[in-house]
Amino acid sequence: MSETTTGKPPVVTPLRVVIALCLIAPFVAMLWVGSYAKVDPLLAGIPFFYWYQMLWVLVSTLLTVIAYKLWQRDQRARRVREGGEER
Amino acid sequence: MKDVNVVALCVFVFFFLAVTVMGFLAAKWRKAENENSLDEWGLGGRSFGTWVTWFLLGGDLYTAYTFVAVPAAIYAAGAAGFFAVPYTILVYPLIFTFLPRLWSVSHKHGYVTTSDFVRGRFGSKGLSLAVAVTGILATMPYIALQLVGIQAVLDVMGVGGGEDTHWFIKDLPLLIAFGVLAAYTYSSGLRAPALIAFVKDTLIYIVIAVAIIYIPIKLGGFDAIFDAANEKFTANKVGGLVPAEAGQWTYATLALGSALALFMYPHSITATLSSKSREVIRRNTTILPLYSLMLGLLALLGFMAIAAGIKVQNGQLAIPQLFEDMFPAWFAGIAFAAIGIGALVPAAIMSIAAANLFTRNIYKDFIKPEATPEQETKVSKLVSLLVKVGALVFVLTMDKTVAINFQLLGGIWILQTFPALVGGLFTRWFHRWALLAGWAVGMAYGTIAAYNVSTPKQAHFAGSSAEIPGIGEIGYIGLTAFLLNLAVTVVLTFVLKALKAPEGVDETAPSDYTADAGDAGVRPLPKVGADTH
Repeated sequence: MSETTTGKPPVVTPLRVVIALCLIAPFVAMLWVGSYAKVDPLLAGIPFFYWYQMLWVLVSTLLTVIAYKLWQRDQRARRVREGGEER
Repeated sequence: MKDVNVVALCVFVFFFLAVTVMGFLAAKWRKAENENSLDEWGLGGRSFGTWVTWFLLGGDLYTAYTFVAVPAAIYAAGAAGFFAVPYTILVYPLIFTFLPRLWSVSHKHGYVTTSDFVRGRFGSKGLSLAVAVTGILATMPYIALQLVGIQAVLDVMGVGGGEDTHWFIKDLPLLIAFGVLAAYTYSSGLRAPALIAFVKDTLIYIVIAVAIIYIPIKLGGFDAIFDAANEKFTANKVGGLVPAEAGQWTYATLALGSALALFMYPHSITATLSSKSREVIRRNTTILPLYSLMLGLLALLGFMAIAAGIKVQNGQLAIPQLFEDMFPAWFAGIAFAAIGIGALVPAAIMSIAAANLFTRNIYKDFIKPEATPEQETKVSKLVSLLVKVGALVFVLTMDKTVAINFQLLGGIWILQTFPALVGGLFTRWFHRWALLAGWAVGMAYGTIAAYNVSTPKQAHFAGSSAEIPGIGEIGYIGLTAFLLNLAVTVVLTFVLKALKAPEGVDETAPSDYTADAGDAGVRPLPKVGADTH
């Protein structure tokens, strides 16, 4: 991996923006406590405050999985490109 | 004195003996050729795959104290205690971002601790010492709290003895549990907690699954449970089912601050560095949230304790007491075993992590620079014993609140190492002296602010939140201290750069941060007998 490679892929790509959004979303959702500090609607008797946050455990997991898959794709693409240039 | 719950005790002892045997046998598990190196004893040969790492990290982060304290907080104050859930949600995007870089650079340069990295990156033994000392100070009370967790279980089973029992009889069960833990950690290193974590988590998942279905049925459903809780909070005028407007800043800052702090703890880093590749870490961020889900369900047990009419003076006993009252004796025994073993796993990893810090960043850097790997391992083993004895003395001689206060302080302190560690992983812009100054300011502010928190019952260290200067809302002290720390670091970096203060030598290269197992220069993985993914 030489440092003088020409035509280096840009650092910020649409793919990477999506990855960043996936990773930032949980912060926005969880730190905005006012958006979920309420009792109704109940779910099976559990106040909204609790089941909403538990739901976010699943949502954030899904987002992390998406970020992981996209990151793998990003890295593969870069490796192919670098490999091609070296040869 | 309470009657001893014989059936529960027998089940507890059975599981305890089983994990003891496993702990000692662990030394032979995936044994490498060179046992006398710190990589082997202290990092399990850096060989763990996705699943072992998952169990190890889960066993490490979700401790007996968590199982007892989170529902206890809900039991006492309601919604405010639930911050543990958003906290663990936020942890995973964070580690997804920075831990793989730490893994790579550590593998490339053979770093065992975070302080090793800080020293290599900034060429500053002073900064590395600050990180090491903070890590050790923050870990000690954490180990002490694990022992408090075991004590709570023993108390409820009736083997803790009453207040009038002779201290030796009273503490004998804890001393035995402790002695066994110390012995197998000494002989097997990180392999022991890695193997025992399987048992611990299996038990915990079974107990939670049963508790979350069985107890609500017995108590008349979640409606009844939350109604009872609401009644209690309204009657006592303390807490509530949702955080009040004023408590929302506290809730959010506690969640964020704790999430930032978690992977600064030496024991979480130890478990991370023991994994065999960069991918293992990223893959783990997608399966670790299963523990968050479990934690959320567990937290609800606090409400169930209220609905079940559990009345305990010491909130820590609420959940063990709930199990005792609700479950048949044999299953209560399994639940207690889960908590007890849940204390042993993290206590072992924490003592190993603290010992590694001492050996690498105090002993080797300042006392005996020419120490061989064999000597390092020997020192680490001995220090792991000392750390545990220290924690034991702490628990036996001081009031429990002291351990809790120090753990609270530890969280605030460990967060102050964030700029040096995570900052260092992404940029070398920060000046080493500025980082040290920022750390000192954060430590001082955090300690003083925590000292000044008082309630009518407790004059000092009564909580971890205080007014945020300039904003006026109540927030987590650790996070305020962290922002102060960051501000000082940034300003001083500008000043020091303008003054052309000497920068330390950086022994790392940009490509080190993305290297993976198998790349050139990354040390070959140790040969292991059986490979388990």
